[in-house]
Amino acid sequence: MNREIAVVAFAQTDHRRTSEEFSEVEMLMPVLHEVLAQTGLKTADIGFTCSGSSDYLAGRAFSFTLALDGVGAWPPISESHVEMDGAWALYEAWTKLLTGDADTALVYSYGKSSPGPLRDVLTRQLDPYYVAPLWPDSVALAALQAQALIDAGDTDEPALAAVAARSRTDATANSHAQLRGSVAHGDYVVRPLRTGDCPPIGDGAAAVVLAAGERARELCDRPAWIRGVDHRIEAHSLGVRDLTDSPSTRLAAERAGAFERPVDTAELHAPFTSQEVVLRKALGLDDGVRVNPSGGALAANPVMAAGLIRIGEAAARIQRGESDRALAHATSGPCLQQNLVAVLEGDPR
Amino acid sequence: MSKEPVAVTGIGQTKHVAARRDVSIAGLVREAARRALDDAELTWADVDAVVIGKAPDFFEGVMMPELYLADALGAVGKPMLRVHTAGSVGGSTALVAANLVAARVHGTVLTLAFEKQSESNAMWGLSLPIPFQQPLLAGAGGFFAPHVRAYMRRSGAPDTVGSLVAYKDRRNALKNPYAHLHEHDITLEKVQASPMLWDPIRYSETCPSSDGACAMILTDRAGAARAPRPPAWMLGGAMRSEPTLFAGKDAVSPQAGKDCAADVYRQAGVADPRRDIDAVEMYVPFSWYEPMWLENLGFAAEGEGWKLTESGVTELDGDLPVNMSGGVLSTNPIGASGMIRFAEAALQVRGQAGEHQVERARKVLGHAYGGGSQFFSMWLVGSEPPDA
Repeated sequence: MNREIAVVAFAQTDHRRTSEEFSEVEMLMPVLHEVLAQTGLKTADIGFTCSGSSDYLAGRAFSFTLALDGVGAWPPISESHVEMDGAWALYEAWTKLLTGDADTALVYSYGKSSPGPLRDVLTRQLDPYYVAPLWPDSVALAALQAQALIDAGDTDEPALAAVAARSRTDATANSHAQLRGSVAHGDYVVRPLRTGDCPPIGDGAAAVVLAAGERARELCDRPAWIRGVDHRIEAHSLGVRDLTDSPSTRLAAERAGAFERPVDTAELHAPFTSQEVVLRKALGLDDGVRVNPSGGALAANPVMAAGLIRIGEAAARIQRGESDRALAHATSGPCLQQNLVAVLEGDPR
Repeated sequence: MSKEPVAVTGIGQTKHVAARRDVSIAGLVREAARRALDDAELTWADVDAVVIGKAPDFFEGVMMPELYLADALGAVGKPMLRVHTAGSVGGSTALVAANLVAARVHGTVLTLAFEKQSESNAMWGLSLPIPFQQPLLAGAGGFFAPHVRAYMRRSGAPDTVGSLVAYKDRRNALKNPYAHLHEHDITLEKVQASPMLWDPIRYSETCPSSDGACAMILTDRAGAARAPRPPAWMLGGAMRSEPTLFAGKDAVSPQAGKDCAADVYRQAGVADPRRDIDAVEMYVPFSWYEPMWLENLGFAAEGEGWKLTESGVTELDGDLPVNMSGGVLSTNPIGASGMIRFAEAALQVRGQAGEHQVERARKVLGHAYGGGSQFFSMWLVGSEPPDA
């Protein structure tokens, strides 16, 4: 594993509550064009392509196959797909580049939450025999976690409100964000979570270009080198997990080398304010670390793309010279069941 | 930099049947994984990561079922990846797992693919009405039948070839204890007399709907050295995709399939597949795809594939056996079907294929395809490790 691989380009849509006038492919196309334009690469120049999405959002089987038509896979391309957030597609592409089989990779992901009631749809992720038939929705499960944190003395409702306010204030500088500026903390959705503690439901897409070694330096002035990336999963059943902690995040961070030196920036995929509390603790982030300068998932949470966006936002800060060493995190499953951590660095200045 | 060689040291599959009502989805996948671990004489603790694949989530009605399956597959505390590339997914999943080893990210990886079709109805799972898009008409057979017709017209193949393939594969399945269909009274006449479903595809020339799972243990050189039984070595592996719908597509012999095979042969140093490869497990869900893929994969010149089939070359005791296990025509847990092809290829070069073992099988191709003949994944495995 001595090959250096970097994020050299990142693009995303403006995230919005609904994009019913667009198909998934139409939503994705401008992002693909933009990310390739940043590098001057064409589809045929890309060594490996990998995408992440979920059929359940679109409400049809094989929904990703039509996105491939949009990529323009002709002549035929070396390509794969994960039924996961795009952060895991990036992980697959990263391993592909490590083998030396390709020098560049296009990674994209997208999710439209608008076609169905997202809270109901996400219940279908749960154990199909014992839990899913009860339809516990994503907010209710996050509320269980939030209450456990409050009971443990790890946070309280005003502290959660402060996370929400900070995120949405930061998002005012992010033109792609769906919720920004002053957002009311609102009424309870599921106690103790209020509307302000919850992410917006929205549609969006993102894309990243990876490149190895010298190719990365040719394509980008300041590549965001991936120093490590790892992901871990926990038990599915909430009854056997300590919801106030995230051992999988901590282990992934350790394997990715996050604790070897301090980071200056962390883009955390924490759709609920309470989950930022869990992640900060697992990652040992102190107040010196800039957390979610993009506004994070509380400002825009396009399911299946939000994790990849964290990596893209962290990389973009390095490319702009606003960060030298950043951590990016993605999550999947109920109450932070599965977590990915990437460590990105710019060349010394 | 050089890649780490990848070895298959454990293979496990379930007895495939129409409905496994005795196990949950978790029980089904665990059974295959347990058998692969036993074959490799490893425990759950020896596995560094899990890579799982299946065809659409709609088939079981569970969104991203890998989340729920983490516990059953011993993945807690480990990395778990979920691959989905339509019908080719079983093969793609194995290749993604192999890349983790080849890149030296992990030493030993459990890879698994499954489908529990009895949990729902695959026909409806593929028939959601979407405006302005071409649906898979009346299931997959309706989509593929016109392409078979085009092949027959193009190649001049007599209309008896499809039934020969079905008769052969169903007889091969009788030698495979894990195969779904065990038709002990099968005859060529019965195949030919079966009802026409999607002209020219007859009932007995189509795949069944199966419940089943297949698992493999992939490991590095050090892991292979510790393996109790001969490993299969990956000599080449590749994926290729092309668009579903566009005017330049050759649905009879897709360019992506040709390119994928060429990449695998280049990696493995195969100059003449017909001479250098001893047997093939290919994805043949409808019998006519055997001659079609023989051409697409370079085993026969264009228009000549049916002649290999007709002359008996692809029989179990022929010069190039195809689908020794009985193939997809005898067993089709969709998401697992590609991985079963890959695993059966590995079984052959390990000399572990039992009654359907091909003598002197040194290099065997595993092949999978999916979508509208647009996703391809293949690997070539050998009994000897790749040249260092």
